[in-house]
Amino acid sequence: MRTLEQTTQEVLDLAAKHFQLPAGSLEPADDFFKKLGIDSLQTLEMLSRIENHFGIELPDYEVQGVSDFKTLAERIQSRL
Amino acid sequence: MLDLSKYQSIGQALKDALDQYADEVCLIEADREREKERLTYRDFKARAHPFVTALQEGGFAAGGRASIIMTNQSKWLISAYAIFFAGGTLVPLDYKLTADEQWQLVKHSGASVLITEYPIWRQLGASAGRAAATNVQAILVTEAPANADLAGAQRWEEFRGAGEPIFVPRGRKDTACVVYSSGTGGRPKGCMMTHENYLEQCAPFPALYPLWPGATYLSILPTNHAIDFMLGFFYPFVSGAIVVHLRTLRPEYVRAAFPKYKITYVTLVPVVLKNLQKGLQARFEALSPWKRKLFNGLVAVNKALTRSRPRVGLSRLLLKQVHEAFGGQLRAIIVGGAFTEPQVLRFFYDLGISVANAYGLTEACTGITVNDLKPFRADTVGKPLPGMEVRIMNPAADGVGEVSVRSKTVMAGYLNDPELTAETIVDGWLLTGDLGRFDETGHLQLSGRKKNMIVTEEGKNIYPEDVETVFESLAVKEFCVFAANYIWPKRSMVGEKLVLVVHLEPGQQYGEVLRRDINARNKRLLNYKRVHGVVILDEDFPRTASLKIKRNVLAERLAKLDNATAILSL
Repeated sequence: MRTLEQTTQEVLDLAAKHFQLPAGSLEPADDFFKKLGIDSLQTLEMLSRIENHFGIELPDYEVQGVSDFKTLAERIQSRL
Repeated sequence: MLDLSKYQSIGQALKDALDQYADEVCLIEADREREKERLTYRDFKARAHPFVTALQEGGFAAGGRASIIMTNQSKWLISAYAIFFAGGTLVPLDYKLTADEQWQLVKHSGASVLITEYPIWRQLGASAGRAAATNVQAILVTEAPANADLAGAQRWEEFRGAGEPIFVPRGRKDTACVVYSSGTGGRPKGCMMTHENYLEQCAPFPALYPLWPGATYLSILPTNHAIDFMLGFFYPFVSGAIVVHLRTLRPEYVRAAFPKYKITYVTLVPVVLKNLQKGLQARFEALSPWKRKLFNGLVAVNKALTRSRPRVGLSRLLLKQVHEAFGGQLRAIIVGGAFTEPQVLRFFYDLGISVANAYGLTEACTGITVNDLKPFRADTVGKPLPGMEVRIMNPAADGVGEVSVRSKTVMAGYLNDPELTAETIVDGWLLTGDLGRFDETGHLQLSGRKKNMIVTEEGKNIYPEDVETVFESLAVKEFCVFAANYIWPKRSMVGEKLVLVVHLEPGQQYGEVLRRDINARNKRLLNYKRVHGVVILDEDFPRTASLKIKRNVLAERLAKLDNATAILSL
């Protein structure tokens, strides 16, 4: 079982890879809409990638209002 | 559809619809590929009535306000129905706003009840903005896990009263909803929509886009938006039709829903329609050369046969595969929320898929003009709907002026803002702030904006005042944000941008440090709200006695600058 820290790190790595950013350029407290300048459709694409990686289902409404990686990782952790 | 002329309120019409269409399916809720729920109008009533009783037991009465902040789902509509049944006023809020913004509007609306979903409540409950919204007496949260700490809220599912609720009648002129058209960072614009607004808006729809028991409407646009509230709730319900909620907006599941639920109508914002176009184009390009040639030939035949009007049956035969991908039952895609480029509309029409291009604004309920497709015109937003008087104010030599509307669908005014109401509704005419002209066939052509705002392709209205807070305490003498089109009018409704106008301190230069600071602040805004350039003005901004910037006077001064050189990049 992953720890929350491990999950958070994996989410950051996945997001950096998905948006072609250098590894380590994202922080847990970063707001992904603001930091990445992405829209909601691009966020959905990122979520699909995260789901495949963790093998979980993360409904849209479950992450509604979530905009930082830390909270996103917490929502993922609760479903692992 | 029910004869809406007989009704005084939307609550009364919905109540009758539930009885008249009792055995028909009214709602389908799916989560990805799984169908979670299928309710008849009878089931809907059985779910809603105990909820109304509980509201009434809690003291909710005529004129009481209740806010809903939820994604599209059955409990949104059940809650809204309950509020209307109890004679209340609904305050639908955008679930995509931040928690602080939502609390700000809840406070402004004076709502005593807040209805929301557990994932949204987690954000709302933790937000500092909650403390100021002292008007909220009861908070109801849907789908909370068994062990969840609800921080003072109650479970929606357990909020049930015993016994039959009492229907509370309302008059046509009473406020049915307060719908916020903007104002999260600045001046809240809460449009007070009356029962009459909705009843009159809905009346002409069946002649244009008929719905019937069994017809399906795919509800994708947020229900808090004026368009989905009308087309994804009120109109299908008073027609006995089916509303489909998906609970996901992921493209693969949205695509799959068309054939699965045999969708009759859907409303999309222009950016999603464009994405759909891109996807289809990619599929066409992947065809082998001879298949593509055959396909292009069929499209050309369809184009020729539908020149004067759509022939859905014929198009479905000719371009079978394309239509099957859309479920084979699609009557029209309605596009709204922002201006759509003509080439996108043309693309779909040539495939035999009618895209109903319309024009409207929240202040006028939903739609003002709509394309009747007789013939299809991609370059206009159609003709005024029955009951709409549309006039071009002070037209220039080319006929272009401000579009204004007088009809029973125009809002009563902005909540708690008589000054703004008086500026917006003059002698009974709603000034839209949009510029346009009528062509010789009576079609409205939009050509720009008079008001200082932009609308993104996602249908989001951005007001400069709402963006300015992020630049507060910027190290300059003064600053102001404008829509570039407002300063330098451009005959276009696309590609609108915001600019930051700054007045530097004496001797100050627009250097790297300032540019970086502006950029850093800009990045704190959501991408579609960001400014795209800086304009330097070396003079004091004109101000009122209360020191507010006179934006219109400042814009006139800025207009004298050459926009090709005045806008500095960031």
